[in-house]
Amino acid sequence: MAAIEMKNIVKEYGDGFKAVNDISIDVADGEFMILVGPSGCGKSTLLRMIVGLEDITSGDMVIGGKRVNDLAPRDRNLAMVFQNYALYPHLSVFENIAFPLRLAGASKEEVDRKVREASKTLELDEHLERKPGNLSGGQRQRVAMGRAIVRDAEAFLFDEPLSNLDAKLRGQMRTEIARLQRRLGITTVYVTHDQTEAMTLGDRVAVLKRGFLQQLATPRELYTNPSNLFVAGFIGSPPMNFLPATVEGNQVKLPFGTFTIPEEKATNAQGKGLLIAGIRPEHFDDAAVMGPGKPAGPPGGPHDGPGPRRSTFRAQVDVVEWLGNEAYAYIPYEAESEVQEQLTQLERDLEGEGLHTQLVVSLDSASRIKEGDEAEIWVDTSQIHLFDPSTGENLTVDKSAAGTIPSEAATGQAAPQPDAAASTGEQESPANAPEA
Amino acid sequence: MRKQRLSPGIIIGFIVILVWCLLPVAWIISLSFKSVAETTTGSPQFLPKAWTLQNYRDILTNGDFLDALRNSFGIAIIATVLAVIFATFAAYAIARLEFRGKRMVLSLALAIAMFPVVALISPLFDLWRRLHLFNTWPGLIIPYMSFTLPLAIWTLSAFFREIPWEMEQAAQVDGATSWQAFRKVIVPLAAPGVFTAAILTFFFAWNEFALAISLTSTTAARTVPAQMAFFVGPDPFNPPYSQLATAAVIVTIPVIVIVLLFQRRIVAGLTSGAVKG
Repeated sequence: MAAIEMKNIVKEYGDGFKAVNDISIDVADGEFMILVGPSGCGKSTLLRMIVGLEDITSGDMVIGGKRVNDLAPRDRNLAMVFQNYALYPHLSVFENIAFPLRLAGASKEEVDRKVREASKTLELDEHLERKPGNLSGGQRQRVAMGRAIVRDAEAFLFDEPLSNLDAKLRGQMRTEIARLQRRLGITTVYVTHDQTEAMTLGDRVAVLKRGFLQQLATPRELYTNPSNLFVAGFIGSPPMNFLPATVEGNQVKLPFGTFTIPEEKATNAQGKGLLIAGIRPEHFDDAAVMGPGKPAGPPGGPHDGPGPRRSTFRAQVDVVEWLGNEAYAYIPYEAESEVQEQLTQLERDLEGEGLHTQLVVSLDSASRIKEGDEAEIWVDTSQIHLFDPSTGENLTVDKSAAGTIPSEAATGQAAPQPDAAASTGEQESPANAPEA
Repeated sequence: MRKQRLSPGIIIGFIVILVWCLLPVAWIISLSFKSVAETTTGSPQFLPKAWTLQNYRDILTNGDFLDALRNSFGIAIIATVLAVIFATFAAYAIARLEFRGKRMVLSLALAIAMFPVVALISPLFDLWRRLHLFNTWPGLIIPYMSFTLPLAIWTLSAFFREIPWEMEQAAQVDGATSWQAFRKVIVPLAAPGVFTAAILTFFFAWNEFALAISLTSTTAARTVPAQMAFFVGPDPFNPPYSQLATAAVIVTIPVIVIVLLFQRRIVAGLTSGAVKG
C-alpha cells in the first residue's frame, strides 16, 4: 500500500491537444480518492497514466515514494478494475482471479488459498468453475474486483466500474466497494462521472473539467464551498440554482425580490456589478409548512431565530414533483442575457440541455403547493453563493473549508480555450488554502 | 433463434442441394469399389457389379502413392504451421500497432492474393533450379506459404481487432509482459481465427496442383494431386479410373477429418462474455 503523488501531470496528444493539464493531486496512503467530471475531462486519462497504460507527457507520477513515469504497468504493482471488467472469457472465474498470481509465479497452494479467500469476500464461491460469459453483470463486476484484491497491490484503480450496471445493483455495489475499501484500507483512485458516487464513496474528490483540476476537497467541502460555478453546478442533485444577482450593501437583488445576506459574503461581492447567485434547492421551502428548525434570516442577523417570518417571496409554481419524502417545485424566471450566456456555457460543460431558466425548490413533503399555485417560498440567504459571471469564480467561498482550489488560470476558467492557458504552464497557486 | 417447422418446400430444397453436392462424391466412392476391369470396359451402372477392395490394396501398397501422401502431409502441415505463425504475428501487429506503411502492407498482401499462380510458375521454376530448391519440400512450402499468408493475415487481423484492447491492458496491469499477454490472453481468444486460417492454408496446400506438378520431378517432393496425374496405367487411352477414384477418396479423408475436428472450435464464440454485452 502506498501513497500516490501526481505532480504537474500533463498529457498532450500528438495533435497538440492537452487531455490533462498540469494536474497535481496527492492521494494519501489508504485514502479513497475520486476523480470526477463530465466526459472528456481527462479523468480516465489521468487514471490510465497512474497505471501506466498511457504515457505521461510531463510531470512526475510518484507511487510509494518511487517515480514510476517510465515503468511498465506490470512493474507498478497496481490493480485496476476496468469499465467493461475485461475478464478473460476463456478462463473460469477461478482462473480469472488467479491470473495475476499465476503470472507472479505463486505456488499452487498459495494461489488456491488466496483465490478462495477473495471469492469468499466477494461471495463468488459457487461460481468459481463458471466462465465469465455465464455470469450476470453484478457477478462479473465482483470477479473483476476479485482479480484486483487477490494481489497485494499498492493501490486499487477503478475506471467507472459501476456504469454498466442497472440502478439498483449500482447502489448495492457502491456500498460494497466502500465497505471493501474501508476493510482493506488500501489506497484507491476511483474515476466516475456520477456525482452521487463521488459524494458517497470518496474521502476526497477531485473535480476535473476539460483537463483542468477545478477543486480537490472532501465531499462536504465541495458541496458547501464550491470553488466556482462549474463545481457548484456539478455537485448536488438536483443541481444548485443559478440566478442573476446584484449586491448593494448587505442586500442582494434576485429576480424574486431583495434579500439580506451575511456581511462577509456581501463585502466580497461589493462593486462587481451583475453576479450569479447560487442557492441549493434545499435552502428554499414552502413558507406555509416551515418547521421551527429553520431560521428565517442569516444567523446572527436581525431575522435569525425560529419560525418562518422573513426572507420569503411569492412566486408562481410551474410544476411540482412529489417524491414522498420531499417535493420539488419548478419556478420559471427570466435571466439577463449577460448571465444567460454564462449559464448556457455552464450547461454545456455539464453535458446538460440548455433549457429555459428555472428555479428548483425543494419543499417539505407536507407542503400542499399545487401546480399553478402562487406560493410563498422561504429562502435561507445565509447559504447563498455569489459567482463572478466572467470567470465563474465563487466570490463567497470560505477558503479555510474548501480543500485545494488551483489558481484561477490553472483551472482553465479564465481562458475560453483550455490549451491557451495551459501552454503558459502555470504552477498551482502557492496561496492555496491548506487542506482540511 | 425462433424454432420453426420446416415447410415441405424447404425440405425438398435441402434434398436437391444435398444430392447435387454429394452425387459426385458418391460416384467416386462407388467407382473405388469397382474392379479395374469393370471401369475400363465402360461402366453404365451406378453401383459396382462386384464389390472389391482390390483398388485400396493396390493403392496402399503402391510406393509412389505412399511417398506422395507423405509429401502431401509434410508439406501441407509445415506450410500451414509456418503460415499461421507468421500470419498471427503480422496480423497482431497490424491490428494493434500504428506504424508507417500499415495500409501498404495490407494492400500488398491483398495484391499477392490476387496474383495468378500460373503466371509465377515459369519464373519460379527457373529460380528454384538455380537455388537448388527444385524438387524439394521447401520448394513447395515457400510458395504455398506466400500464397496463403495474405488470406491468413486478413482473417486473423479481423479477429484480433474484435478482441477488446482492455483484455490485453488488464493482463499487463495484472503483471504480464507483452509476450505473456499475447500468449495467454490474445491467442486463446483468437483461436477460432487461428483455426480458420489454418484450415484455409491446409486446404490450399493439400489441393494445389499447378505448382506441385511444375516444381517437382520425382516422388522426393511430389504431392498427391500431382502424383495422381501419373496414374496412367499401361494403356494411355484407358486410365485406371477405379484406382484414380480410390486415390481421390483416400486424399479426401484427411480433409473431412480436419473439418469435423475443427469446426466446433471455429463455431464456438470464444469472446462471448469478455466484456459487458
